[in-house]
Amino acid sequence: MIAPSDEAGLVAAIEAAAASRTPLTIEGLGSKAGFARPVQTAETLSTRNLTGIPLHAPQELIVSARAGTTLAALEAKLAEAGQHLIAEPPHYAFLGAEAQTVGGIIATNLSGPRRIAWGAMRDHVMGIRAVTGRAEVIRSGGRVLKNVTGLDLCKLFTGSYGTLGVMSEITLKVLPAPEATGTVLLAGLDAATAVKALSAALGSPFSVTGAAHLPEGAAAALGHARAITIARIEDFTDSVHYRIGRLAEIWGAFGTVEQLDTSASLGLWRAVRDAAPLAVRDGDAVWRISVRPSAGPAVLEAARGAGLDGYLDWGGGLAFLSGPGTEAAHTAIASATRRAGGEWWLLRAPDALRHHPDALQREPEAMAAIRRRVAAAFDPAGILNPGRLHAA
Amino acid sequence: MIALPQPKTDVLARRDAVHEGLRALLPARAVITDPSRLKPYETDGLSAYRQMPLAVVLPESTEQVAAVLRFCHQNGVRVVPRGAGTSLAGGALPLADAVVVGMMRMNRILDVNYADRYAVVQAGVTNLGITKAVEADGFFYAPDPSSQLACMIGGNIGMNSGGAHCLKYGVTANNVLGIKLVTIEGEILELGGAHLDTAGYDWMGIVIGSEGQLGIATEITVRLLRAPEGTRAMLAAFKSNEIAGRCVDAIIGSGIIPVALEFMDRPAIHACEAFAKAGYPLDAEAMLIIEVEGSVEEQDSLLGRIKEICARFDPISLKVSQSAEESAAIWKGRKGAFGAIGRISPDYLCMDGTIPTSTLPEVLRRIGEMSEQYGLGVANIFHAGDGNLHPLIMFDANNPESMHKAEAFGADILKLCVEVGGCLTGEHGVGVEKRDLMSVQFTETELDQQRRVKTAFDAGWLLNTAKVFPLKPGTETAPMPHAA
Repeated sequence: MIAPSDEAGLVAAIEAAAASRTPLTIEGLGSKAGFARPVQTAETLSTRNLTGIPLHAPQELIVSARAGTTLAALEAKLAEAGQHLIAEPPHYAFLGAEAQTVGGIIATNLSGPRRIAWGAMRDHVMGIRAVTGRAEVIRSGGRVLKNVTGLDLCKLFTGSYGTLGVMSEITLKVLPAPEATGTVLLAGLDAATAVKALSAALGSPFSVTGAAHLPEGAAAALGHARAITIARIEDFTDSVHYRIGRLAEIWGAFGTVEQLDTSASLGLWRAVRDAAPLAVRDGDAVWRISVRPSAGPAVLEAARGAGLDGYLDWGGGLAFLSGPGTEAAHTAIASATRRAGGEWWLLRAPDALRHHPDALQREPEAMAAIRRRVAAAFDPAGILNPGRLHAA
Repeated sequence: MIALPQPKTDVLARRDAVHEGLRALLPARAVITDPSRLKPYETDGLSAYRQMPLAVVLPESTEQVAAVLRFCHQNGVRVVPRGAGTSLAGGALPLADAVVVGMMRMNRILDVNYADRYAVVQAGVTNLGITKAVEADGFFYAPDPSSQLACMIGGNIGMNSGGAHCLKYGVTANNVLGIKLVTIEGEILELGGAHLDTAGYDWMGIVIGSEGQLGIATEITVRLLRAPEGTRAMLAAFKSNEIAGRCVDAIIGSGIIPVALEFMDRPAIHACEAFAKAGYPLDAEAMLIIEVEGSVEEQDSLLGRIKEICARFDPISLKVSQSAEESAAIWKGRKGAFGAIGRISPDYLCMDGTIPTSTLPEVLRRIGEMSEQYGLGVANIFHAGDGNLHPLIMFDANNPESMHKAEAFGADILKLCVEVGGCLTGEHGVGVEKRDLMSVQFTETELDQQRRVKTAFDAGWLLNTAKVFPLKPGTETAPMPHAA
């Protein structure tokens, strides 16, 4: 493993690999190596030693971290100033205790429950520095909150799984952490009714920042006897108190509403964020699915038919599913998702499934042609995480 | 002085054949070739520059856009996409050898879905038109550029438009879920959809703000948000730019994110007050407009906290709006700022750099020095929460020397923005206006990497040619015709 401690080291490693056409596995701490398609290379280039937080300007809502900085270290630094990462990136429980890097979270564009209200990680990347497959250092964006100067390569790198370049430093917009958090909870709803309740909450003027439904199995994992449907408010204490009260009125039409205080809320939403309610046994696969919220129940239904379990976040628009990673199960999930006009990610799966042509959505040929040209524009030798996203 | 590439002589020579080819693809009403009817398309919001195009087409469907682009691609004809033509950066400025593709006839709202909180609209729907269609049901579309009455969502996609409320709600890129994009080859691509996250590369992310370099958006799926219970504004006036700047830092530092936080300097206050009679404090050096939202009690509580913070900065006056009418009056001056400057100066250039907010006092001081040096007035309006600065440089376009000075002054301001850690443009885009300044912000390596992405979508560089990217040395250019 090559693990340089500065950007010049990244350049040297990529330069050498490009010259000898030696493919590289690109990773931070490797916690997400099981996502998407597998990469098999003789050499690995890691950002794990590129650590540190060179800039934090709390009043400007800006922080810069080197790519190998752990997410936990960045969160701790922000917490000192009473701030947090807006998109609430997950620390998935099924990955075990492995630490993850800031670069890894950006390269996979993972967001938590707050995404429904405040946007995804991709929405808060204000600037990057990266070394492309040409071994050239490029910057895109910067350290300001509003910037439309040139093509937004930050967006292209976010979610690119290390296939275009290796990010060395990332600048993020951050926000003050809320003073209080409150939750309204309904028990015993079926998924379709639950999504209606969540839609009513998200369509209210009360700035709901989390909206999830845990069917019986997922709810049981958190100690609830029946399915739970939950909505979150984060704000100043007075506002949370008022808004939770108003949401409880709206949800009165759906059943008996329970209200949770800040400490109960924080634990519950952390679990939802981290896919902790998901039962993941040895050999199980994990799917993450994004659909329009009203299609969430149909995806859950298809999953149940295929012997899988799961739950919904983002008002119904994000499904986490787990169970035996058979081709039949994957086909059922993929076709239900396709019917709903949504998309899927494999976060964990047996190799056979990870090599499957439908491991990721297939693109129309015109899109695939552009995608190949864009990838080649950054990495002409095809040495960075080859095959990680698309087989060809 | 901005130069455009020499028109392709072979395309100019085939003018009639191009016209005929376009007429074969579109209804007669959708093809404009008569010079008197081309005239309205010769410029955009950067009206000092004018250029008659080869033709204008006004397609009425995605398929028609695809047919036109396929034709232009096959015939090597350049294409300039156009929405309402409000670009302040010359993003829609025609080229002599280009077909302007105007999207204004694609102006229908195709679907509104409150359960899933999105709307599907054609590119020629105006920004405000989306909100107008859903506000009776309590919803709105968040980005609100000052030109929102006229500007179209397709142009907003091109420029990644912002507005006064993006401190809380984000810019266009944060509020779009899906785009139907037509490539220069005439392929129709569906990017995203009605769901939040998309797998693979973030095509929407690279297309939004690409200024028509990668394709033409014909249908857009936008996020709808539920409007808050209410909003209220307050005014805070201070004795210096620096004090007002420190007050902004203190508000943000306290954990409050107002829905809008606008800063005006003395010349801007005076121009806007003369225009709007909004009750602005004329004895102030700097003024903040701060807006919060929520229930009446929540507004009271937030404004109370903000007032307490402002009081620590020796304010000249603090005025909390007591009604929707008073809030509207406060905003009227700010939103009418361009018109107000237009009344006191024959012409103005609106710059759009972004700076780290902590550098505001230094930047305003240096802009003041430049103003004296160039002998041209400047008024500064600033989205203070997110650092987006709008200096309005006053000049006379009929006087070539004044115009030349104004452009040089503007370029100096933008170089200053980059020098202090900011960027050339926060929300208006590069267009032709800032094209030649790109090398101030980016290295040639970085520009080449962006150019390669452009090439991956548009190998012949037919889409909005000569915008965004500095021309390569050796490009044969023609002098840009000026308005004067």
